Amino acid sequence: MTVNIDPLDAGHSGDGELDGGRPVLDIDHLQVTFATDGGPVHAVKDVSLEVRKGEVLAIVGESGSGKTVTAKTILGLLPETASSSGAVVINGADVISVSAARLRQIRGRDVAMVFQEPSTALNPVFTVGWQIAEGIRAHAGRESGKRVSAKEAKSRAIEALRKVGIPDPEHRVNYYPQQFSGGQKQRVVIAAALALNPGLIVADEPTTALDVTVQAEILELLRDLRDKYGTSIVLITHNMGVVADLADRVVVMYQGDVVEEAPARTLFAEPRQDYTRKLLAAVPHLGHNSASEGLTSRAHQDEDVLVEANNLTIEYPGRLGTPAFKAVDRVSFTLSRGEVFGLVGESGSGKTTIGRAIAGLNRTTGGSLKVLGYEMLNLRERTFKPLRKDIGFVFQDPAASFNPQLTIGECIAEPMVIHTRPSPAQVRKRVGELLESVQLPASYAARYPHELSGGQRQRASLARALSLNPRLLIADEPTSALDVSVQAKVLELFKDIQQEFEFACLFISHDLAVVDILSSWVGVLYKGRLVEQGIGSHIMGNPQHDYTKRLIASLPVPDPEEQARRREQHRALLGI
Amino acid sequence: MSIPAVPVPMESPRAPWYRRLPVISHFNKSVGLQRGMLVAGLVLTGAFVLTALLAPLLAPYGFSQLSDDDGSFPTQQAPGGKHLLGTTVSGYDVLSRVIWGAQTAILVIVVAVAMSIVVGVVLGLVSGYIGGWLDRILVVIADAVYAFPSLLVAIVMAIVISGGQSSLVGGIFAAGTAITLVFIPQYFRVIRAETVRLKAEPFVESAKVVGASNIRIMSRHIYRNATRTLPLIFTLNASEAILTLAGLGFLGFGIEPSSAAEWGFDLNKALADTTSGIWWTGLFPGMAIVLTVLGLTLVGESINDLNDPRLRGRKSTGGSSPAPVDTAAIATEVRAS
Repeated sequence: MTVNIDPLDAGHSGDGELDGGRPVLDIDHLQVTFATDGGPVHAVKDVSLEVRKGEVLAIVGESGSGKTVTAKTILGLLPETASSSGAVVINGADVISVSAARLRQIRGRDVAMVFQEPSTALNPVFTVGWQIAEGIRAHAGRESGKRVSAKEAKSRAIEALRKVGIPDPEHRVNYYPQQFSGGQKQRVVIAAALALNPGLIVADEPTTALDVTVQAEILELLRDLRDKYGTSIVLITHNMGVVADLADRVVVMYQGDVVEEAPARTLFAEPRQDYTRKLLAAVPHLGHNSASEGLTSRAHQDEDVLVEANNLTIEYPGRLGTPAFKAVDRVSFTLSRGEVFGLVGESGSGKTTIGRAIAGLNRTTGGSLKVLGYEMLNLRERTFKPLRKDIGFVFQDPAASFNPQLTIGECIAEPMVIHTRPSPAQVRKRVGELLESVQLPASYAARYPHELSGGQRQRASLARALSLNPRLLIADEPTSALDVSVQAKVLELFKDIQQEFEFACLFISHDLAVVDILSSWVGVLYKGRLVEQGIGSHIMGNPQHDYTKRLIASLPVPDPEEQARRREQHRALLGI
Repeated sequence: MSIPAVPVPMESPRAPWYRRLPVISHFNKSVGLQRGMLVAGLVLTGAFVLTALLAPLLAPYGFSQLSDDDGSFPTQQAPGGKHLLGTTVSGYDVLSRVIWGAQTAILVIVVAVAMSIVVGVVLGLVSGYIGGWLDRILVVIADAVYAFPSLLVAIVMAIVISGGQSSLVGGIFAAGTAITLVFIPQYFRVIRAETVRLKAEPFVESAKVVGASNIRIMSRHIYRNATRTLPLIFTLNASEAILTLAGLGFLGFGIEPSSAAEWGFDLNKALADTTSGIWWTGLFPGMAIVLTVLGLTLVGESINDLNDPRLRGRKSTGGSSPAPVDTAAIATEVRAS
């Protein structure tokens, strides 16, 4: 990546050097409490940390650990219901106690934020140049007393875009956000954060909404910022691979407290605290614990074929005047009884569309897709309905896939009630058995979905899918909404249950490491085409297609030493 | 990771059913000014409902009574004496007509809102879930109804149903149906929008995957999730229903004074009195309309605010505030001054 040295930098970076060894950010005994309907919630209990110049500090933790609240406090972005105490000192000013006007000066000039979702962080009705210049003009007037002309602001916006590696910035400064791809949008967001050369950037899950190949580019960019401009970065993430790739120092948070703080290499090599050890052990690691280890040929080939796709094509009709969008393009594969087929791809690759088509939620438009012997082209709901009891489906978000008005027991019983009309006593017995098989107490049948945690809900979701002993199970990203520790448990349970009930399973995921743990046969989708399929460990170890190579190389592994090596390989692959 | 016995969002067990009723649960959630508004609304609305229910006991005379044992009532008598709020030009007792008017108003609200909720919810569910040409036609019809001024529709309906004049039941149904027709599109739109949103929710898709029929999905999964905003529209529409009824009565399409008391009609008759300095015939029916509408609107708006977690005020964290130092400092400052 080319990064031009900006002459405008010189003015500001001087400040940092005057301060010498003083930390850029110093958080001292921070506490944040939210007033909620259920009484006060202590989101951050006692957090102290500091960030030095040119350092990347990662704050990791699972959902509810208080990491995002800590990040928002740094910019004074807490909602009105929150009250905070302690000190958050940036360049000598305590963000918690300063006036609103002073806080506005600090934001953008001393500290800037990069948000998780670049599509929503940018305003779609303004050009990106205008949005970057907005910050520049807001600050210039107040500090030096003279206003910055529109022309000058624009030229500085162009500089910022060039810094983050947007090609042809003079031209693209006038583009609207929707004219950029997801990764480029995140670059624009970073450019807006950089516009005033702040000494500190707070990046809240900056790559979570992005595909792994794009994630690698953004991580590369953030590393460049640190190396070339000495920008300090507070990186909030739950992804241990990202931490291993980028962070110098790591703070592990759990339920509002700092559990452990250590340099990245030390933390991964020898975690001191129990919680950190468990957290690291739960992270799926590509190449470890593969389901297909030692396999040389495809298993289950002597069994019945349950799903057979032959040049399957699925198109979404385009708007007037635009051609139809091919979500799935001539894909062929088979799935036999008892087999776990892992379907991997990035967003937009068509993996979910295939899963939904097999369950009859999407229509196929070409080729042939046979599910349990039924041709899905020209699907008629009435004739397909009897087969539905043989197909289970596990959705991505366990919170949304349960009707909030029904109890867990009623939800799990629904397939039975529809297909077999059992007596209430039979229903109760079967629901109890199912809950037990997914390791939940039978008493949970009387609870409502919101009374369960995410992992418990996903188990209940699995119980519902299994309630009629289906021959085929489709799992669409079943663990991507879960924390790693919960994910590890659900995956383990999934594996056990699959071996016990011996259903065939189409396991859809964007996460290579997760797919490798569960499935022996893996297919890689890219822009609607199945570019490669084969035994899991072979694909992960020795990919053939260029895209698969890139995909695997860009996946960060939770080990700084190994990740540094992989990064070099990835660079070599891209020819940098 | 074992996170045993951790307080996962395991919410407190469900409150007893009566604490979960719409208005009561809202009252419990409210604090400060929001609670004040809600209480004011509830008091006004409660007074209105009680007046309607107890009209036979509260009103000194009948709504169409023109004389008692002492002979005919005087006409246009100022407030005081036997007639606390005076009498009208035809000799009706103003206080009695205002009290009986509450009964008419509440009957119209019940008829109009009940009919429009039933029709609107069913049409909204079907239209939103089935979609396609049925949806398009229904939406166009709803939009067309929106285009008519509600009073015009109400007048046409009043003429169609009762020829413009009528008895108590006929008049109430004429006004009620007229208002129903105007309100159906509102319920239809709200329920349809919710249905379209819910249709894409994973729990509806999971019911589809399981093989549930359309009727089952609509009644069991969508209906119960789509009707949460109805109490709000109900209170807001109830006030609008009163205004429409009053408007109808004012224009002369209301109910004959001999069949029921009606505030709008009384206002119309009071029009001529204003020039001769007779204020009591217009002021009191007018006040009744204003206070009833105000009460219902306050309840509706409070519910609206309380339903939205972002608009809802909360009790401050109070004693457990994490800023003990600050409170101590403030306390010493206060003592010093």
